[in-house]
Amino acid sequence: MLDDTDRRILRQLQAGPGLAASALAERAGTTAATCIRRIERLRARGIIRGQHMRICWPALGYAVEVSLRITLDKTARNAFDDFLAEARRVPEVIEMQTFLGRVDVRLSLIARDMTHYQHIYRHRILTLPHINDIEALMHLSSVKTDPVLPL
Amino acid sequence: MIAPAELDAQDCAILAVLQEDARLSTGAIARRIGLSQPATWRRIRRLAEAGVLAGQRLDLDLEALGFTVTVFLGIKLATRGRVSLEDFERAISAIPEVQGVQHVLGLYDYRVRVVARDLADFERILRRRIMTLPGVGDVEANVLLSEERLPGPLG
Repeated sequence: MLDDTDRRILRQLQAGPGLAASALAERAGTTAATCIRRIERLRARGIIRGQHMRICWPALGYAVEVSLRITLDKTARNAFDDFLAEARRVPEVIEMQTFLGRVDVRLSLIARDMTHYQHIYRHRILTLPHINDIEALMHLSSVKTDPVLPL
Repeated sequence: MIAPAELDAQDCAILAVLQEDARLSTGAIARRIGLSQPATWRRIRRLAEAGVLAGQRLDLDLEALGFTVTVFLGIKLATRGRVSLEDFERAISAIPEVQGVQHVLGLYDYRVRVVARDLADFERILRRRIMTLPGVGDVEANVLLSEERLPGPLG
């Protein structure tokens, strides 16, 4: 199990994943050597699975982000697998989630502008298999983005 | 901002590599994409200066850390116009279990990501922390089963 030092380090690492070990250690109230050793152990145990750079898509000209909430025709065999396999091939889909609830699948879709979005929606999304219904939520802004678990 | 036309195959390769592992050194990235280290460094700096690199995301095994449930909420404000959006946003962002908040347009006003230790813990957070926020109207909850992040339109 995790001890208090692990938890402190994880908290600081979540708040600043790009920090050097020395800065992290100072914030977590430990030494750099302990910090490095503990982080390596957390990686080896699979608790830290990876560290990924996030891309700011608007900075690359993708001004539109839409959340597509989809219900599938569950009477079709393999509806989920077929749908996800096809959706994965749409380059503008940057996230896929499956749910238990009123919505079965959610896709995050990015586009350069509304004309581009409409094009992708008509030609790449509506043609995906086993769709029962789609609702779209237009992303306006991110209010809270940097998750820190309440450890 | 970098116009799509100004982003070549090597920039895309750098972004793809960084998305996979943000901890790689410039030298390691250079070797992977077959460019010199200084050329790679210049490209990374250009991407950073254009605001393309939006910070790192730590991927943790939530279950191993005791958070077995992730729920996405769609929240509709009941008295829009009378409740200050800023107040609502501040209050909901301050809840420790709330891991993400997006302001959206459509059926709901906000999309909220919540982590909980189990379903009972989630119910407690929903009832005591979220339903009690000023202005909360219709709330829809969907329990996350699986999640996949994709590299996006790079090249």
